Amino acid sequence: MELLSGGDILIRALKDAGVKDVWGYPGGAALHIYDALYRQDDVFHILVRHEQAAVHAADGFSRATGEVGTALVTSGPGATNAITGIATAYMDSIPLVVISGQVPLSKIGQDAFQETDMVGVSRPIVKHSFLVTRTEDIAETIAKAYYIASTGRPGPVVVDIPKDVTDPSYKVPYHWPTETKMRSYQPTDKGHRGQIKRAVKTLIQAKRPVIYTGGGIVIDNASEHLIALAQKLNFPVTNTLMGLGGYPGTDPQYLGMLGMHGTYEANTAMHHADVIFAVGARFDDRVTNDLDKFCPHATIIHIDVDPTSVSKNIEAHIPIVGTCTSVLTEMLAIAEQLAIKPDTEALAEWWQQINQWRADKGIYTESRYEPSLGTCIKPQDVIKMLYKITNGEAIVTSDVGQHQMFAAQYYLFDKPRTWINSGGLGTMGFGLPAAMGAKRAFPDKDVACVTGEGSIQMCIQELSTCTQHNLPVKIINLNNAALGMVRQWQDMNYSSRYSESVYEDSLPDFVKLAEAYGHVGMKITHIDELEEKMRECFAMKDRSVFMDICVDRSEHVYPMQMPGGSMRDLWLNKTERT
Amino acid sequence: MKRIISILLENESGALSRVVGLFSQRGYNIDTLTVAPTDDDTLSRLTLTTQGDDQMAEQIVKQLHKLIDTIKVVDLTVGSHIERELMLVKLKASDADIRAEVKRCVEIFRGTIVDVTASSYTVQLAGDSEKLDAFIEAVRDIGIMEVVRSGVSGIARGDKFLRV
Ligand SMILES: Cc1ncc(C[n+]2csc(CCOP(=O)(O)OP(=O)(O)O)c2C)c(N)n1
Ligand SMILES: [Mg+2]
Repeated sequence: MELLSGGDILIRALKDAGVKDVWGYPGGAALHIYDALYRQDDVFHILVRHEQAAVHAADGFSRATGEVGTALVTSGPGATNAITGIATAYMDSIPLVVISGQVPLSKIGQDAFQETDMVGVSRPIVKHSFLVTRTEDIAETIAKAYYIASTGRPGPVVVDIPKDVTDPSYKVPYHWPTETKMRSYQPTDKGHRGQIKRAVKTLIQAKRPVIYTGGGIVIDNASEHLIALAQKLNFPVTNTLMGLGGYPGTDPQYLGMLGMHGTYEANTAMHHADVIFAVGARFDDRVTNDLDKFCPHATIIHIDVDPTSVSKNIEAHIPIVGTCTSVLTEMLAIAEQLAIKPDTEALAEWWQQINQWRADKGIYTESRYEPSLGTCIKPQDVIKMLYKITNGEAIVTSDVGQHQMFAAQYYLFDKPRTWINSGGLGTMGFGLPAAMGAKRAFPDKDVACVTGEGSIQMCIQELSTCTQHNLPVKIINLNNAALGMVRQWQDMNYSSRYSESVYEDSLPDFVKLAEAYGHVGMKITHIDELEEKMRECFAMKDRSVFMDICVDRSEHVYPMQMPGGSMRDLWLNKTERT
Repeated sequence: MKRIISILLENESGALSRVVGLFSQRGYNIDTLTVAPTDDDTLSRLTLTTQGDDQMAEQIVKQLHKLIDTIKVVDLTVGSHIERELMLVKLKASDADIRAEVKRCVEIFRGTIVDVTASSYTVQLAGDSEKLDAFIEAVRDIGIMEVVRSGVSGIARGDKFLRV
């Protein structure tokens, strides 16, 4: 049998786990591993400029493809730099394996150079973690890491490998386990049949139903199942920020996003619903608003693969633990067999009501914001233009702030895995590296990073990675010269005292900056040049383009739920409320 | 209400810190915690006690179960169960009257005196936590020098058992 060193075993194991790309950054404790990478051609390494970006890029790759993303960092500062990326993936249930070098076993605990207890530091933000103490254990640990990351409710797994475990002079036989089994980890797949039947009956008898779906639909590739069931029942559907694209954004049954910046129609329908069918969603506080006032009339059916998500914030009347795909498949089959028929009359009335809400104060009615005029470019119009120019077919990543909400509201995502954002942790700096990951996965697709001048500066160094690894992404910078979302809150709650949300003319010239990295920069200050410039931007297939678009600084994101209210208690603009 | 939660855990490095970390991370309190390997030394048995209503207990059990190292979790408080805690108490006991008083108390509580000096008695006592609390109250005026409690261990009554 062939004998391999720990470094070679690790790379071979990654290959056997199906890994093609590793995003990473080298350093002392990882150098044996980096040498092993150098001596082979199966696993490709992409050098980023900051470890946070390595994890975000692996994360973006995973969100775009559904595969496990992989990052590799060194010990100490390399490991701690990765933490924000790991926490981001954890909050959104993204399958990642993050491999960190560690000081040699003999030095652990001695405050050695670049020693950080990575397993300890990452513990609250990982699905699981391993410290590998024997070269013989590397392959099996890697197999387990990918298995755990990708099954059940997915999440990031850290594998911490002390330097002596990858020592080139210590060689052992390589063995890749054909099957991974763990007695302590057996994720649930199928839901309880009796509960599923009850759920179907309740759904069919509903008079004012709403289907409320989250990231679980996207992660579990259950979009088609959802569409089939929703259309069979003719029920309205709303998606969370994480669920966008799970149900087609242009479908007439779609009510738009719900929650803090959700549409009037979605939030109002939720409030009045008699049955809420939650699929792969977790009743996050950015959705429910005040829990005591949440949907007072509704019977709640909740499907989730993670039992801890069920009845955590909102008690489910019909809880079902299982994967979205398997439960929805079963529900469809049962719905076919059952003799009871939906109350078409009540549904027609419900739709009439919903359409009335849409027509009155719906987000897609023309009057919801003042249109752009001259040099006053409305950020909403930029997103609409992006939608037009890319035919709604781009993969859109975003950062965090007002621009993120405008993108979520106005780019109508028809397909899952085309909207990539940090929903749970809300990590500024996520957008650009995530776009690199998505572009790497789909080199022929348009990948746009919708960002703000605040967020983009948190990982702007990755423009250099785009150059080195030929990752032509389009940066759509909604430049409002402020930490806009912070400023919006300061406008609404702090009498416009802009504490540290403005930069006093210190913003860089983004056009020059883009050019310095070898990319194309564009500055747009007038609405009339937007379309042409954006066409130009997307016509340059092989270039990264930074579009610095000066948007209206005073614009707020609406609707916005009122703190302490129910779902339907909304500000609709600066003066109008429900 | 008081909850006694039993966990069968892989006896692996880091496993215990994940359990303990979960409690602080989610804002639950641990009142007592005991842990030791079982007859199968790849497994640890943990018993922990905490306070919480039904909904909270259900969340805790589910969260514990979600940890990858956890094999089984039960809330023993749901069914009938046996709860035991071991306590060692060192008491000031120099004059004869007090020594007699301590002996009487120990007898009533079915404890044993496991160490003696001219000025102290060390008492060992096992039972449920309330019994141990009651003993402490009974001897408080005598003069307690030190109290060591093991924390609760628990097992279900009847034929039910927690095993892989
Ligand atoms: C790493 C990080 N730090 C701070 C915040 C808090 N925060 C949320 S939105 C925001 C402003 C973002 O500004 P910008 O990127 O310019 O977007 P805008 O809201 O102006 O569109 C801040 C500071 C955050 N989400 N992430
Ligand atoms: Mg801004």
